[in-house]
Amino acid sequence: MNAIEVKHLTKLYGPARGIEDVSFTVKKGEIMGFLGPNGSGKTTTMRILTGFFPPSSGSARICGSDIIKDSIEARRKIGYLPESVPLYLDMPVFAYLRFFAEIKGITGKQKKTKADEVMQKCGLTDVSHRIIGRLSKGYRQRVGIAQSLLNDPEVLILDEPTIGLDPKQIIEIRNLIKGLGDNRTVILSTHILPEVSMTCDRVIIIHEGRLIAVDTPTNLMNRVLQAPRVMVKAEGPSEKIVSALVSISGVVSVAKNGFDADGVDLYQIETDENAYVINDIARSIYKNSWKLKEIRPVDMTLEEIFIKLVTEEKGR
Amino acid sequence: MNFLVIAKREVKAYFTSLTAYAVMAIFLVISGYFFYTNLVLFVLMVGTYVKLGLWQHTFYDMRFILLLLLPLLTMRLFSEEKKLGTIELLFTNPIHDMEILAGKYIACLFVFCIMLLLTILYPILLAVVFSVETGPLIACYLGLFLLGSSFIACGTFISSLTENQVVAAITTVGVLVFLWFIDWNEGIAESAGVTILHQLSLSEHFFNFIKGVIDIDDVVYYLSFISFFLFLTIGSLESRKWRGKK
Ligand SMILES: Nc1ncnc2c1ncn2[C@@H]1O[C@H](COP(=O)(O)OP(=O)(O)OP(=O)(O)O)[C@@H](O)[C@H]1O
Ligand SMILES: [Mg+2]
Repeated sequence: MNAIEVKHLTKLYGPARGIEDVSFTVKKGEIMGFLGPNGSGKTTTMRILTGFFPPSSGSARICGSDIIKDSIEARRKIGYLPESVPLYLDMPVFAYLRFFAEIKGITGKQKKTKADEVMQKCGLTDVSHRIIGRLSKGYRQRVGIAQSLLNDPEVLILDEPTIGLDPKQIIEIRNLIKGLGDNRTVILSTHILPEVSMTCDRVIIIHEGRLIAVDTPTNLMNRVLQAPRVMVKAEGPSEKIVSALVSISGVVSVAKNGFDADGVDLYQIETDENAYVINDIARSIYKNSWKLKEIRPVDMTLEEIFIKLVTEEKGR
Repeated sequence: MNFLVIAKREVKAYFTSLTAYAVMAIFLVISGYFFYTNLVLFVLMVGTYVKLGLWQHTFYDMRFILLLLLPLLTMRLFSEEKKLGTIELLFTNPIHDMEILAGKYIACLFVFCIMLLLTILYPILLAVVFSVETGPLIACYLGLFLLGSSFIACGTFISSLTENQVVAAITTVGVLVFLWFIDWNEGIAESAGVTILHQLSLSEHFFNFIKGVIDIDDVVYYLSFISFFLFLTIGSLESRKWRGKK
């Protein structure tokens, strides 16, 4: 069974569009990245899934429970960290967590046990008696995540969980998410693309409220890798090198791309999709007795893929 | 029983933020002062009417303090959650809107009841030196309790409309004052309209109680007033669901 099934979701804010006809499924145990520029509809989608508001049309199921007809049941299966990390600022950490534990139906001794458990998971044990309003941003974020873990949710929905954290904390949170185990389904939205390739099994790319791609990070890269790229590091007269390389058949463009730490020139070469030009490039440099220091194909970064997908979509 | 979880947190919040202490202290000081001045008046001037007239005046004065103070209790109920964004957490946790509302309303009622109970000190003090009839007193307390509960219901609704607590408080005072004086309308004094306004007015129904009379009509009026505003609050909370419906 799929953990999350989303069918033709549309959300209108008055006449303005939040999202439009979004459909996707997330398998049990999958970590799904939700990627899109500002205002693309990530938060809107998550709010629908968590039952904050219903969609204007369409439907969604969380582990079989319909988010509209079975809202409370669906909510029981979800842990949610809203984008703004809302907290009762005047409460101590432990009281905040016990309050939400109780709301989630955890009572008696279990309440304390669960709160202690998530505090330990999120590294909050040392600050458990501090007032939340006096914690740093990173720690508040952890309290928010701890809250979402209280009911051992089958589905975890995290809206930009690492925003505003320092690099060390980002790594900790990422590890925390990864370490949640195999049967926990996670959807997390982010602007940080390396995060997606590092943590997520699959990625949804959403733009202006519409879904433009759902795939694994690797497949996405292959999909847009129409113009493979070669990086060359060579010593020699740069103008001559450029003109020599451009004349090779299969090379589309050559651009000098600065120099490395030792002052050796770098060149970025775009090639035709099906041409294999690395040998020709090497031969050409060798023939001219310039010094070839390094040559390698370059993968597209997710940033570039993302921008490419988004601009392709616009051009359609 | 989820509403009790909410209520417990709300009551704690009232006390940790010191709001409850401040509101109670102000209420006790001012109502104590009114009680004292009314007592002096009746002792000096009227003597024998103390039994009824004293309570009538004191409770009439107390509703004025409540009119100004209770909105300060209700203003945070939903406005604060909206401002903090925590309302999003409540709405996405397995709890019904109705339970959230019930918890909050009951918490505020609870604080209000403590306030009322503390004023029992005045009749007790008086009883030491003077015989106090309990019948009219019970009517007075019931009236004030129903009136305060109505103020709180109205304030809760207005708090659910805005994330600005100050706006919520000011608007609540405004609406309550208007509903208090709604039948002061000379323009229709002779027509049937005034009877309707009398029926709607918060003040008209209060007078019977402080005269020592418990009339079922008046009780029904206040209960309807409370239900009406709580119903509106549910609507306001659920409005997030209708917006953007096709
Ligand atoms: N309450 C609202 N009322 C009206 N329009 C809204 C509301 N919330 C969001 N929108 C609009 O819906 C669109 C999608 O917003 P959403 O918050 O889902 O984007 P997002 O992908 O989460 O962006 P970000 O990366 O900035 O968080 C935006 O155009 C936004 O202006
Ligand atoms: Mg967002």
